[in-house]
Amino acid sequence: MSNAWIGYIFMAATFGLYAGIGVMSRTADISEYYVAGRRVPAVFNGMATGADWLSAASFIGMAGTLYLSGYDGMAFVLGWTGGFVLVALLLAPYLRKFGQFTIPDFLGARYGGNVARTVGVFAAILASFTYVVAQIYGVGLISSRFLGIDFTTGIFVGVAGILVCSMLGGMKAITWTQVAQYVILIIAYLVPVVMLSQRITDVPVPHLMSGQVLQKVTEREKEIFNDPKQLEARALFQKKADDLAAGLKGQPASAETERQLAELRAKAKAPTPHAEPFPGEDEKTRDTARLNFMALAACLMIGTAALPHILMRYYTTPSVKEARQSVFWSIFFISLLYFTAPALAVLVKFEIYTKLIGSSIADLPAWISAWAKVGLVQIDDINHDGILQLAELTLNPDVIVLATPEIAGLPYVVSGLVAAGGLAAALSTADALLLTIANALSHDVYYKMLDPAASTPRRMIISKILLLLVALVAAWFASLKPDNILSMVAWAFSIAASAFFPALVLGIFWKRANQWGAVSGMAVGLGVCLFYLIGVKFHGMTPWFGIKDIAAGTFGMPAGMLTVIVVSLLTPAPAQAARDMVEHCRYPNLRNGALDEAA
Amino acid sequence: MPTSTKLQEYWHKNLRMTGFLLFVWFLATFAVIWFVRDLNKFTFLGFPFGFYMTSQGSLAIYVALVWCYARYMNKLDKKYGVAED
Repeated sequence: MSNAWIGYIFMAATFGLYAGIGVMSRTADISEYYVAGRRVPAVFNGMATGADWLSAASFIGMAGTLYLSGYDGMAFVLGWTGGFVLVALLLAPYLRKFGQFTIPDFLGARYGGNVARTVGVFAAILASFTYVVAQIYGVGLISSRFLGIDFTTGIFVGVAGILVCSMLGGMKAITWTQVAQYVILIIAYLVPVVMLSQRITDVPVPHLMSGQVLQKVTEREKEIFNDPKQLEARALFQKKADDLAAGLKGQPASAETERQLAELRAKAKAPTPHAEPFPGEDEKTRDTARLNFMALAACLMIGTAALPHILMRYYTTPSVKEARQSVFWSIFFISLLYFTAPALAVLVKFEIYTKLIGSSIADLPAWISAWAKVGLVQIDDINHDGILQLAELTLNPDVIVLATPEIAGLPYVVSGLVAAGGLAAALSTADALLLTIANALSHDVYYKMLDPAASTPRRMIISKILLLLVALVAAWFASLKPDNILSMVAWAFSIAASAFFPALVLGIFWKRANQWGAVSGMAVGLGVCLFYLIGVKFHGMTPWFGIKDIAAGTFGMPAGMLTVIVVSLLTPAPAQAARDMVEHCRYPNLRNGALDEAA
Repeated sequence: MPTSTKLQEYWHKNLRMTGFLLFVWFLATFAVIWFVRDLNKFTFLGFPFGFYMTSQGSLAIYVALVWCYARYMNKLDKKYGVAED
């Protein structure tokens, strides 16, 4: 069977499965549409959250980032798992007890009125939209590569797949599709790594064996980093960069030249050892790197605990008790992948450092040229010795996971499986994000603010039309192939952390927090965060304490927190209704009017 | 609004547990990052220990924390008569 057919069959089978589940779960019930009828058992909600959470970036990009940045990439591993501790301890059980449909719902009820709800809707859309564009972009990338169709067609095929699920059955269909998608993506992630581990170490448990492999990588690094030919290649790249820069004679460079220059300088730079934390020339750079690592981990964690599409999932369990258990299953299923990514990075690095580096360029394996064709692998024999030095090989982070089956010499079927897994990761996250945006518009804006008397069928129709519109706008954005897509995704975490986290957590744990505090806190948090990241990224603002724009939430979140507290204390205490609501959320079940008895 | 002492006790126990688990979470994250070079002086399963903690150890601690909280609170609900069933 030809490789193309393996690709078609995997795509058709998985899309067919998702569409089938979508059709079977179609619903006209408003509670099923928004919160899956609150009947999703903890384990399955955990899997669905796992699929929700594990996006194209986690599945395809994560191991590649770890491969390229070594220890310093690990901020993502910590941030994207540790955030669920905050979800479990600070939010999920209370939101479940509150038991409405969206996150702006909670803000609206707790802080009485549409102002808090409106700010919430705005921030939810801001955080979710860039994120969903990135997912659709990922879908386009994978389907165009494995189906041989062009990128734009790939995007619209993907969007059709997303809409089949969400339009017909809302949250209910999405939940059950995501359960299937989780199973596919985790198998697709684990199979090639386990086989690679078996091949390198004779033990199929990459998590245990990668420590020894890491030692070998560290040994090997010493040889190849200091190889005279490697040093020569780096010097040649540096010279080429200098020549290019000198050719500009102080004139502003075109974007293309800038890119070439950055590329050459990256190749000329000394590689850093995989296991070394915060490599740097002097103590000060190392300390800044450590500070950035901590700031990024903190932003990702707090952002995780404030992203509406994740929090929304805990509305769907049958009880508070199951909501708590469901966060456990979520973090369990999610960490299966994050546990594996660092091991995968080490194993692939071992293969490349021992098998590729130092071998003849004419005899490189076939996968190199296959991925070079799509521009993800680049080989430049700058010193013309016919041997591959480390500096002469450039890998795009996305290639690591997608090419692992070929690197490990596995049959093409495994590549098809990996592609199907990546697609499942991107589709499932996109599903949830689109539904979050459409719900914010249909439920919070239309039903709660514009037309509270709307009938159920009308609300469903409005919701589905909005879903379609949002999907098309997102697909259109993705088809423009925006450059900054990955950094925009990381921003979503800072935005969510700054805008939502203070108002949500204080809303539950501090009865005194009031409407004015929450609204100004959300606005200030979001404002500081956007000011910082736009200032640093686009206007050359000097970073505060050397913190990069990706961790803008480091300033936005505390600013928001402080504002909520100060403004709340300066304005009158919230009404009795708000205090009662907080009490209501804190106890899973108040039998026999336990509160009245106390009052 | 005054709440019955029993409910207040329930809430305080919840807060104490939440605080304790957050403290462990903080150590598993930020203390590990801060001291990673010192931890790397030890070796575990062939890994430098700090590297191991960041790539696997802290993750396992997170999973355990969430499990502990769910178990503790679900028991506490029953004890204080605020469980749902």
